[in-house]
Amino acid sequence: MTQSQEPPPAPRDGGNHDAAPLAHHFDSLKQQYDSAKLGMWVFLITEVLFFSGLFCWYAVFRANHPDVFVDGHHFLETPLGAFNTAVLIFSSLTMALAVRSAQLGRRAPLIGLLSVTLLCGLVFLGVKTAEYRQKWHHRLVPGQARIEYFFSAKRTDGVSAPPAKEFLPEGEGQAQYRQYVRQHLAHAGEEILTEEQLQGRIANLRSFMGIYFTLTGLHALHVIIGMGVIFWILVGAIRGRFGPRRFTAVDLVGLYWHLVDLIWIYLFPLLYLIH
Amino acid sequence: MATTQVEPVPDSYLTDPRGLRSWLVTRDHKRIGLMFLVLISASLALGAVFALLIRTELTLPGGQVVSTGAAYNRLFTLHGAVMIFLFVIPAIPSSFGNFVLPIMLGAKDVAFPRLNLASLYLYVVGMVFFLLVLLLGGIDTGWTFYPPYSTSTATPVVLAVVGAFILGFSSIFTGINFLVTIHTMRPPGMGWFRMPLFLWSLYGTAVIQVLATPVLAITLLLLAVERVLGIGIFDDKLGGDPILFQHFFWFYSHPAVYIMILPAMGIISEVISVFSRKHIFGYDFIAYSSIAIALLGFLVWGHHMFVSGQSPLVAMIFSALTFTVAIPSAIKVFNWLATMYKGSIELTPAMCFALNFIFLFGIGGLTGLFLGALATDLHVHDTAFVVAHFHYTMAGGVLMAFLAGLFYWWPKITGRMYRVGWGQLAALVVLIGFNLTYFPQFIIGARGMPRRFFDYTQLVQPDPDFPMLKPHPEFVYYQIISTVGGFLFVGGLVLVAINLIGSCFGGRKAPANPWGAATLEWQCDSPPPRENFASAPEAGDCYDYDDLEYDEQAQEYVKLP
Amino acid sequence: MIDLDGLYSLAELPLLAQTGGSFWLPDAATKDPAMDPVFYLILAVCALFFFLVVGLMGLFVVRYARRPGVKPQKTTTHHTLLEIVWSVIPLIIVGVIFYQGFAAYMEMQNAPSGCYEIRVTGRQWQWVFTYPNGYSDDNLHVPVDLPVKLTMTSTDVIHSLWIPALRVKMDLVPGRYTSVWFRADKEGTYRLLCTEYCGDEHSNMLAAVVVHSAEDFQEWLKGAADYLTTLPPAEAGKILYQRRGCFQCHSTDGTAGTGPSLLGIYGRTHTLADGGTVVVDDNYIRQSILEPQAKILAGYQPVMSTYQGLVTDDEITTLIEFIKTLK
Repeated sequence: MTQSQEPPPAPRDGGNHDAAPLAHHFDSLKQQYDSAKLGMWVFLITEVLFFSGLFCWYAVFRANHPDVFVDGHHFLETPLGAFNTAVLIFSSLTMALAVRSAQLGRRAPLIGLLSVTLLCGLVFLGVKTAEYRQKWHHRLVPGQARIEYFFSAKRTDGVSAPPAKEFLPEGEGQAQYRQYVRQHLAHAGEEILTEEQLQGRIANLRSFMGIYFTLTGLHALHVIIGMGVIFWILVGAIRGRFGPRRFTAVDLVGLYWHLVDLIWIYLFPLLYLIH
Repeated sequence: MATTQVEPVPDSYLTDPRGLRSWLVTRDHKRIGLMFLVLISASLALGAVFALLIRTELTLPGGQVVSTGAAYNRLFTLHGAVMIFLFVIPAIPSSFGNFVLPIMLGAKDVAFPRLNLASLYLYVVGMVFFLLVLLLGGIDTGWTFYPPYSTSTATPVVLAVVGAFILGFSSIFTGINFLVTIHTMRPPGMGWFRMPLFLWSLYGTAVIQVLATPVLAITLLLLAVERVLGIGIFDDKLGGDPILFQHFFWFYSHPAVYIMILPAMGIISEVISVFSRKHIFGYDFIAYSSIAIALLGFLVWGHHMFVSGQSPLVAMIFSALTFTVAIPSAIKVFNWLATMYKGSIELTPAMCFALNFIFLFGIGGLTGLFLGALATDLHVHDTAFVVAHFHYTMAGGVLMAFLAGLFYWWPKITGRMYRVGWGQLAALVVLIGFNLTYFPQFIIGARGMPRRFFDYTQLVQPDPDFPMLKPHPEFVYYQIISTVGGFLFVGGLVLVAINLIGSCFGGRKAPANPWGAATLEWQCDSPPPRENFASAPEAGDCYDYDDLEYDEQAQEYVKLP
Repeated sequence: MIDLDGLYSLAELPLLAQTGGSFWLPDAATKDPAMDPVFYLILAVCALFFFLVVGLMGLFVVRYARRPGVKPQKTTTHHTLLEIVWSVIPLIIVGVIFYQGFAAYMEMQNAPSGCYEIRVTGRQWQWVFTYPNGYSDDNLHVPVDLPVKLTMTSTDVIHSLWIPALRVKMDLVPGRYTSVWFRADKEGTYRLLCTEYCGDEHSNMLAAVVVHSAEDFQEWLKGAADYLTTLPPAEAGKILYQRRGCFQCHSTDGTAGTGPSLLGIYGRTHTLADGGTVVVDDNYIRQSILEPQAKILAGYQPVMSTYQGLVTDDEITTLIEFIKTLK
């Protein structure tokens, strides 16, 4: 209903690609661009604050229970984490170059660079999935019993749900699980002597995995959203929607992607590199 | 085009374009604001129903409305959650803010109209979640969701928490929009210090919405994750820390009370100036005090936790910071009084509610001193005294300002005039009812009545095991007065509703500037056309009433040549 | 007339003046509570400013009411000195209030040495006060004139201990210890309440504070602790069943509450929630008191929190004997 109000020099989608269409409520393209940019920065501030709550929780927990982190990090695959860090840093570079290409109006490099960025995101998620699968296999996922329950026939058979804190497998599996934890810690050079110590370690592991999955899970969610919007501008780039005077969307998506990378750069040492 | 001068009855935003669909997909800030206004008022009505049930329950010891503590706990939780998340937080920014902000700037819309619509729909989704909670029997955690109670109760806490999470995003989107709009879309001639004070207060509010709400979002998300997956975050039995939740929660929720009260103060600044026909006194100080409140509000959250085992040093720091927040509020009140001094005061309904605000918020703010001072807080914390205090600030503050704003902008929003006499009567009824409701609660709270207390039978009757224990039968008197007041208060609100809704059917058509205000929204028609102004108006001094003269014939104020 | 559950009829309600204390504050159990002067100071400041603001407001509304043909008078729109004055004066006043509140708070926080120490445990929905000799009671008995320090924790959710007559309040947080101290100067009985919302029976989580003379206190403590040795175990168990609040969830008449009824439970075989079975014997009862989550009977929720540290072995024995008698 607002299209009819647009001033004449503002082209619609698919028209002249030199300039962005001016929305009816802005006076000038500069005002429109400034608004979009400021809005994105403010949104990024809210994202930072969102994650800062998580980091606060991390800091309090680590100050209160340092042993949880020392024990827990033995169960993470540092090389995979390091690889993922490299992938994301590289993707930030390609994203930055993509923004530059958009500003210069070079369509082919823009499409190529956005595709590489998207691919990096996919690789990151693939590695993350492999890590999560391994944790699932070793029964290290918080609430695993509950999640299994919801996808099993037990639910329809009327068996009541296990309590949320259920972590260990029942019966036979328990001994195996204990053995796994014991071995893994022994491998890391830690001697587990008594049953009580082992219990303590298992409790620590539980807490650590809770933090690990909450932090990396929320980050992964942001990666997925980031990939969604990159895909959206990629489609736009293929259709030739961006040009030297029309690159706001690429610019903003770039900012978002850098933030997602930045958060991972904090998460990696905080979770994987603990001594 | 919407605003051609030759048409005798120009189409307003209400009728241009027509059809339900055009409303559902609208990006017009006025329509979004109006829809918010309707939804928020419905939430207020729902919250008021719970309030009356609570009041009736507490009139006498023992069960009156419900027979178990479990049922009562659901009542007060739903009352609190609905009033806080669905009413007071969005009350003024999302409705009047959305409606008025762009027009005050002479703009056609907010910076991100789509985001604005998304904010409305998120609010609706959040509302649906709360209604689902209600249908599933309600929750019993209190609106504060303190763990470990909230992680162990069997009620649908996750649903409510997700609802509040979504409402948080609605609030963030509004905040981003206002922040950017004020930064980039001010018209030529309107520097920062020529903006109407309502915009300053919305700016301060937006800063808090953007900086504090994400922390609430993550807190609520963590609570939900803890409940569903058993991750130890706040529950000590899983290795978590229940006090951490309180820090997180109040880091948002204390600034949130300024999300509520700042726009309310903004409305009062406008209304007092217009109806005293005096330039606002101390503009700079009022503007700066809004920002001071917004920033200082972030540093005082610990005063909700004086009795939670905080170290005395931390308690001292939070207490000292808390008192500094009192000063900007005091400055505003003195400036309003100075504005009225030697004015020409007209007691329109909007002005009556603004005066109610000063009366009630004055009491609310002053009794905050009892809670900021450490020794007295230890005694009155978590008692009916606190209930009275925050109702004086929230209901006596935000609700009164909301009503003042409603009467002030109603002609602009609907294009109709209401009955002034009935509006004045409603203001009087509300003032009397309000004080009868809440003042007794200060007394019983200080004398020994806790909050969130279902059955006070044992406090008012002698204890057979301990004959020396002095009962408090006087609580019954005060509770009865409080309930009678509560019904009177709500009766006043019903009067407001009848008056305003009635005006839509046969009320006199509103002129462009019925009050003689100098802010830009009164320069466009009532109700405004779709794009507000044909061309951007010139922004002058928004508190200069010298060249506005009442025209008896047109029954409106016109600019002197 | 409205009958208040047979308590009073409205006409018989005692007059406000007869109920003790001042208009604002309840009777104090101490001679000069540190809080009261601060309370009245703030009250005075509140009254002063309220009447100042509302008085001026009323005056202006009447004096400067709109009259036809009368224009508002021109006054200055800003006055920096005035703004500074009315910022600084309230700042000084709140500074004084802050200091008074803080000083009184420190007095209420810093326990003197040589306090009589009592452990307090909050659980849904009951208070347990444990004395130095190991005896636990559901009411707080303290000697007069002696500083008493309460060291407090909770076994389930957050509670808060409030004794209005002593002007003290402190939360009981699970997983950590908080403390509060006071010295009661006047013998008598006072009310103790929970002020942190804690669930269905929050408003019934009450106790009495009995301030005894020094000799009476010792006598009471000896006598109260004695019932375990002087009474037959089953009768002592019955008293304990009442005092520890077992009755809130476990009935003795066969009606199922939050937990299973104790009537006829002893000696029977019951199905557990995980499908196994258990014979209710001495060991099972003992385990259910100390580790309530270990074996839950079918049809019940694992909601009971542990009594570890709140009952002695002797007390458990009496409880078992009591349960045996319920047939």
